[in-house]
Amino acid sequence: MSQLIWNGLFVGSFYALVALGYSMVYGIMKLLNFAHGDIYMLGAFTGFAILGAVGGISPGMALPVLLGVLVVTMAVTGLSGVLIERVAYRPLRNAPRLSLLITAVGASFALEYGMRAGAGADPQVYPLRLGGTAVEVLGARITLQQIALIIVAIVLMVGLNLLVTRTREGRAMRAIALDPRTSALMGISVNAVISRTFFLGSALAGAAGVMAGAYYGKIDFMMGFLIGLKAFTSAVIGGIGNIPGTMLGGLLLGLLESFGTYWLGGEWRDVFAFGVLILFLSVRPTGLLGERVTERV
Amino acid sequence: MAALEIDALDVHYGGVHALRGMSLTVAEGEIVALLGNNGAGKTTTLSAASGLVRPTSGKVVFDGKEVTRARPEAIVRAGLIHVPEGRRVFSTLTVHENLQIGGYLVRDHAEIRKRIDRVYSLLPRLAERRAQQGGTLSGGEQQMLAIGRALVSGPKMLLLDEPSMGLAPLVVASVMELVRDVNAEGVSVLLVEQNAKAALKIAHRGYVIENGECVLGGSAAELRSDSRVVEAYLGGV
Repeated sequence: MSQLIWNGLFVGSFYALVALGYSMVYGIMKLLNFAHGDIYMLGAFTGFAILGAVGGISPGMALPVLLGVLVVTMAVTGLSGVLIERVAYRPLRNAPRLSLLITAVGASFALEYGMRAGAGADPQVYPLRLGGTAVEVLGARITLQQIALIIVAIVLMVGLNLLVTRTREGRAMRAIALDPRTSALMGISVNAVISRTFFLGSALAGAAGVMAGAYYGKIDFMMGFLIGLKAFTSAVIGGIGNIPGTMLGGLLLGLLESFGTYWLGGEWRDVFAFGVLILFLSVRPTGLLGERVTERV
Repeated sequence: MAALEIDALDVHYGGVHALRGMSLTVAEGEIVALLGNNGAGKTTTLSAASGLVRPTSGKVVFDGKEVTRARPEAIVRAGLIHVPEGRRVFSTLTVHENLQIGGYLVRDHAEIRKRIDRVYSLLPRLAERRAQQGGTLSGGEQQMLAIGRALVSGPKMLLLDEPSMGLAPLVVASVMELVRDVNAEGVSVLLVEQNAKAALKIAHRGYVIENGECVLGGSAAELRSDSRVVEAYLGGV
């Protein structure tokens, strides 16, 4: 039981990291950025390339090296996100929503098959595995690497939440999400803030990619596809556009999958996840924490 | 010296010719009313001045510098602040956050705090509701917040778009009083209104806009007694 909860929370924290970028971009420009899952894949491959360049790593150094790789990867994927927005989405800012959506699917394919052309179609073995001694906590076997990864995930999410709720930049992001035109009248450069939003979301997805690579040990060019959909599901469950909601949605989806797998068998995991998505879309499309404010005119 | 000079401005929205050679000036320290019916081009005039829409021809000069095709943030930085129609308060941000957003371009935190405190002392109702979400305020309070938010930007001049819209007469009076107080501190005002009566009460001068051009201009007293204005905008006699 506690093992199921732990596994769920662990996978869920990956979902949440990726979902945050989805949710922020949707919140600010009502775009479902289908290329977002592929940024996660790009992060995994970027980390892979850096680790390959660094060479042999002694097991004792694994964690510090991983943290260093995380930082560099986040910068790389963050800038990639900014570039994608600049090239693919900004020219269509005033186009119909559907054009933007189709462009997002195109950007997703471009990343996937660009990576296949560059790195090959075969899965790659991650050169870094966190050596883990398992410890027993309340009956659940938890490896130290899992604890390390989940701490990193929590730090990133708390940091993001503070940024959005407490800082000038965060206020500007929330203002643009509500009303871009009026935000411009406050002197906020809408383009600059959208770029920063893409940077943040893509950096988090890149971090999740490296963490997934180091944890699962194998990466391939399609690895972002499914997690992109799962991240979208997490965002919908929690309330897309709402940051704490999205974190909650990621963790809940992880838990649901963990328990669903246990009860129904592993082959039902994705059926279960997307069943939940359909359920939420039909019953509560605003998600758990997504709410409509009543406005007085 | 003129604070704002709009000269022969043309604006097209697709095929619609919204402004046709619109011209007006606002002198430093003045309140100027811009009157006209729905669709006459009042909001477009303000939006062209604040950089939200790009004029096809003509000139906008603010504070001695041409800002015709400047970006909105450059115009805000220059001290020309547009308070949009319908207040446009950020509904899920708190009152305090709304005011902070007004100071987005101000880098000095202490200065922002000082200006917000001033807004609170000017508008104690907002101070009481500082932690409340903007969208939960009444219409009048939202209008006060929208103007307060603009004040935190440190304006030399305000462009006010229909501040009286949808407000009860008593509330309109207090909004107009606020505009007059702000103006008394040296902030020039271009006041767009359908409520000509309220606007001409506080304005020094006024213009009437029809079909995208200025058809009439004069002192507030002249406009109040002009038969065309009386008939069209002051509800006849």
